[in-house]
Amino acid sequence: MSDLPFNRRTVLGLLGTAIGAVSTPARAASSASLDFDELYGKVSVLGLSFSDKVKALAGKDVRMRGYMAPPLKAEADFFVLTEIPMSICPFCSSDADWPDNIVVVRLRSAQTFEQANALIEVRGTLEVGSWTDPATGFVSLLRIVGADFHAI
Amino acid sequence: MRSLLAALAATTCLISAADAATVYPLDRATILVASPFDMKVEFDGVVKPQDVTVTINGEPAEKVLGKAVEFVEKEKGVEASAVIIRAGSIAKPGTYKVEAKAGNDTKTVNWEVFATPATAKAKNVIFFLADGLSVAHRTGARLMSKGMTEGKANGRLTLDDIPPVAFIGTSATNAVATDSANTMSAYMTGHKTAVNAIGVYADRTKDSLDDPRVETIAEALRRTTKKSIGIVSNTEIEDATPAAVVAHTRLRADKADIVGMIFEVKPDVILGGGSAYFLPKTTPGSKRKDEKDYIAMFRDAGYSLATDKTELAATAGTNTGKILGLFNTGNLDTTLDREFLKKGTVAKFPNQPGLVDMTKAALGQLSKNPEGFFLMVEGGNVDKMSHPMDWDRALVDTIEFDKAVGLAVEFAKTHPDTLIVVTGDHTHGVSIIGTIDDDKPGTEMREKVGVYASAGFPNYTDENADGYPDRVDVSRRLAVFSSNFPDYYETFRPKLDGPFEPAVQNEKKEYVANEAYKGVPGAVLRVGNLPRNADTAVHAVDDVVLQAVGPGSEGFRGYMEQSDVYRVLVDAFALSPAQN
Repeated sequence: MSDLPFNRRTVLGLLGTAIGAVSTPARAASSASLDFDELYGKVSVLGLSFSDKVKALAGKDVRMRGYMAPPLKAEADFFVLTEIPMSICPFCSSDADWPDNIVVVRLRSAQTFEQANALIEVRGTLEVGSWTDPATGFVSLLRIVGADFHAI
Repeated sequence: MRSLLAALAATTCLISAADAATVYPLDRATILVASPFDMKVEFDGVVKPQDVTVTINGEPAEKVLGKAVEFVEKEKGVEASAVIIRAGSIAKPGTYKVEAKAGNDTKTVNWEVFATPATAKAKNVIFFLADGLSVAHRTGARLMSKGMTEGKANGRLTLDDIPPVAFIGTSATNAVATDSANTMSAYMTGHKTAVNAIGVYADRTKDSLDDPRVETIAEALRRTTKKSIGIVSNTEIEDATPAAVVAHTRLRADKADIVGMIFEVKPDVILGGGSAYFLPKTTPGSKRKDEKDYIAMFRDAGYSLATDKTELAATAGTNTGKILGLFNTGNLDTTLDREFLKKGTVAKFPNQPGLVDMTKAALGQLSKNPEGFFLMVEGGNVDKMSHPMDWDRALVDTIEFDKAVGLAVEFAKTHPDTLIVVTGDHTHGVSIIGTIDDDKPGTEMREKVGVYASAGFPNYTDENADGYPDRVDVSRRLAVFSSNFPDYYETFRPKLDGPFEPAVQNEKKEYVANEAYKGVPGAVLRVGNLPRNADTAVHAVDDVVLQAVGPGSEGFRGYMEQSDVYRVLVDAFALSPAQN
């Protein structure tokens, strides 16, 4: 199945708003490394809670390794970072859904998409807490902003 | 369409804008007498209200349906007119000829409105659906669970003793191929619809929540009976199959809206995954885009809440009447992961119940109602694991599905007024072709595929007689393949580290083989035969086998359209007899 226009619109909208929202933070000489399995402290059916490490790193410079979920365009300044390569496409499949532990990445400037099979490292400022993109309604909990990335 | 019409008009000057209107319900629809449904006529162009007439058996449609008619001169986003009548109903069974006219153009469709017998055959109906259940799933589950000696099975599944009674055609209104939304919707409403649609006909406007609705079985039960309703699934409870018992949307992905629709109908027992769509968006882990807290809303509505297997068992001892059980933020883990390998999300949610636990709890609660009940139980992971061709997980989940059916068969022994239906919603292109024997010579895995006489028999064991193979990574295991696939690495082995993810997407939005499996000894690249935008193996168009036992099961026979199944269910319950 690949006939779901809604999600595609969502992403287009996000791409549009992300362009204006990127900031350029002052980058510390060193940044703290953060792993996917360190994001949440308590996990339950009734909700997750951020780990102490995430709370401590809010607003600070972090590095995270993961996989880049394919954005709509090869050149993009917004994408979703996932723990494992996305084998489904929530942007295009009607019954696919994002994993719980995604991180939204906003780049300082557009970069070309890395192969889905390639591990990347993202560096930028960690933003913590639920935030709803006003243009699209896309809700994210964790963001790395003013970011750049490179293949490992 | 507009430019096409313009081009045609320029060349022939004969095409009318109102040519070929579409009428919903579609031609040959079967409609339960007195059930509310939306009627919509979509004209192909803009027409004037004074030129439009819509009649049913020669009478104005609004008079026959008993509701006001709305004329929309230009539908949103569409340069064309429509006529809509919401929640009308037809009081008498019979054949109804619907004529929609705009000027000289007429579109005619026929509906069959049916009544049920006056006397119910069954007090309870238990509808088991293993998503994607194909013949190979049954064969594989039997071989894995029971074994085989000299060509004869060493034991029988519960499924093996429920008579197969019909072949079910699963196609959608807009394609020969199909998905779990429109298929389950056909079972649960009696109307076929389009891929991705639930409880509605798929109209042309973009809004996914305005499409013409038809009544679901849960709504029909609430309207006509005091029976209890239960929905059980090991997927997200707002996923297409469980959603179709209650919901109405053009797009199954409207999961946040579907949770609201479940709340409107308030099934007495709701057990499954998908809590993320019940949590307000400010709660980390939520997938909602609003502040609605459905956990609190269900609690306020009198539901006991269970979030793991222990709490679910505890609800059986209480007398609350209504149970909401949510056991994972997403889909529940497969039986193989939950009970044996501890992979998937089992580390996060270590005490998830399985389909057997949930079916047991549901039967215990629902059977307290002297008026009877309708219970739908979905083994959703059979499909969720067949898409990525993770056959070990799909087959072990089929075994657990079979055990859940066994509970219902036991229940029916003391409650003989219970109709049990066991079916799939669609099939997969899956076949068992022999064995894979690690002890065959060489290093190339394809040379270890045993076919014909060299297949021998698999060597699964079940020392503790729990019905599950003690391990799936035995030296001579079932060789299972899909007829269709994206590019992937075939490893010829069970995926012990977590569910298989055959392909990942590249920068061209094409699915390429997931290189995580490239290094598995003996893995070979299989170049896909599906379009490159297909992420996993797809559904097959092959018929589904439907099995049934108990009062009313005689209504199933031969080839049936999926939508015909609904009529047998409501006949068994005698939901809507003809009124004199």
